[in-house]
Amino acid sequence: MAAATIAAQIGALASGAVRSEQLVAEALAAIDTLQASLNAFITIDGDCALAAARAADARRAAGDALGPLDGVPIAHKDIFCTRDVRTTCGSRMLENFVPPYTATVVARLAAAGLVMVGKTNMDEFAMGSSNETSFFGPVANPWDVTRSPGGSSGGSAAAVAAGIVAGATGTDTGGSIRQPAALCGITGVKPTYGLASRFGMIAFASSLDQAGTLTRTAEDAAWLLQSFCGFDQHDSTSLDVALPSLTDDLNSPIKGLKIGVADAFYDDGLESGCRDAVEAALEHYRSLGATVSKIALPNLHLSVPTYYVVAPAECSSNLSRFDGVRFGHRATECSDLTELYTRSRSEGFGDEVKRRIMTGTYVLSSGYYDAYYLKAQRARRLISADFAAAFADVDVIMGPTTPTPAFGLGDKVDDPVTMYLNDIYTIGANLAGLPALSVPCGMVDGLPVGLQMIGPALSEATLLRAAHQYQQVTEWHQLTPAIAGEVPS
Amino acid sequence: MPLSKADVEHIAALSRLVFDADELADFQTKLDQIVTFVDQLTAVDMDGVEPMAHPLDLTQRLRPDEAAADIDRDRFQANASDVADGFYRVPRVIE
Repeated sequence: MAAATIAAQIGALASGAVRSEQLVAEALAAIDTLQASLNAFITIDGDCALAAARAADARRAAGDALGPLDGVPIAHKDIFCTRDVRTTCGSRMLENFVPPYTATVVARLAAAGLVMVGKTNMDEFAMGSSNETSFFGPVANPWDVTRSPGGSSGGSAAAVAAGIVAGATGTDTGGSIRQPAALCGITGVKPTYGLASRFGMIAFASSLDQAGTLTRTAEDAAWLLQSFCGFDQHDSTSLDVALPSLTDDLNSPIKGLKIGVADAFYDDGLESGCRDAVEAALEHYRSLGATVSKIALPNLHLSVPTYYVVAPAECSSNLSRFDGVRFGHRATECSDLTELYTRSRSEGFGDEVKRRIMTGTYVLSSGYYDAYYLKAQRARRLISADFAAAFADVDVIMGPTTPTPAFGLGDKVDDPVTMYLNDIYTIGANLAGLPALSVPCGMVDGLPVGLQMIGPALSEATLLRAAHQYQQVTEWHQLTPAIAGEVPS
Repeated sequence: MPLSKADVEHIAALSRLVFDADELADFQTKLDQIVTFVDQLTAVDMDGVEPMAHPLDLTQRLRPDEAAADIDRDRFQANASDVADGFYRVPRVIE
């Protein structure tokens, strides 16, 4: 039951067929069984979760359920601050950090009754595309444990794909929800920038970071997103807009939906198996009454270099707060303040985080600001304008989420630029602040591949409906890896 | 122009990071790869294009400056390694 969808759990809880305590106990047992092989979790909070589940069951028995989701288990990426529960961001720097407050996303899901079973593993400070930069060790892909689940939300993706939980939170700065969702064969959604609060979400690149979901289905994503999206006064970039229901419209037909495809997503790096799967998905959409036409995104090829200026620049500013004084790792026996800062940071951060901080420091430093940072901000405008022009003609842009299925753990870890190119199709949506999602659309040599959809700002309801309608006529999202069979039920 | 060892030492100092000789050589190689990669931006003519700092071109919202204390000092300072009497302790700054 834990491996079922959130929608199924909602029904079973409502009918009394299952209690939250059972669902949570099953999830905890599944973590126990699979942690050694997947390493999907950093912190597990079993006693607290079972107590919360019993409270949910008591509310429901008394007719006071907080809503349909009351009692559904969930896992949170360890980037979201959770009061009194250790929050590491995958880093030695925060190995012992216990937040004094809770992130808005987590607080809202808790207010809807969802029960947190644990905090999921991730690339250190969300900087990585393979989950290999985590201080707590890499996560394995449930479809093949010698391969990467993708990153940075790799623990959340693996936990959902393996059937430990039906839903998990993630964050997406350059593809960190959509890429692991694609590589693990699940549904990943990054909402419009500003729709989900960043309060209590440890910052990497503030103009790009956005919280979202990893679930089996688009319907489940809609349930979670509408529970936590919406204005938050604690986030100065939060959008103050009315949020439409995301679940109400899922079953409306998509006849007449205008789909755009761009040559920019079909470059030399795209493996033929991924290309074929996307082509087959487009055929499904045609049969559902959608039209498919060519659009141009002439500056999209600039998105990876643009991102690797903008994101490190913002990272170098954001991570300057880690100085060993107020929180985080502190070096011992330092003779002066500069040594305290320098050694605390050098001991606390891993190599990829250091590379991003240094890249950011370089592109912002005197003499290089105009050449790199300002230029990247101009390129960002061009990329964003391309999307705006395309959305004058189409409702949604579709293409592959990643150029290849899951790659081997260790394959790219020593070559940062090759690793960066993994996010070549996903970064554009972050630079332009657009909502985007990935749904499973095929299997290549036993590994899942994803179909990406990008829409104009605040088009979440349309994207989710398009994904849901596809999932009504396909079964890719129902496939589960063999390892999920090891989960006790 | 490739990043020199001196460049990397300078960037490290600005970043408040320190490396031993082997690490420094590795960072020099990889940072140079990254900078070479992002250098392709410099070849594109973007004169007259307005820089974009916020994805939706919104300006930051301000709220009334009213004190709201929902977290107490002790709870905050529980994460610090060295505090005394409500203060953070650091190595001597002023001789």
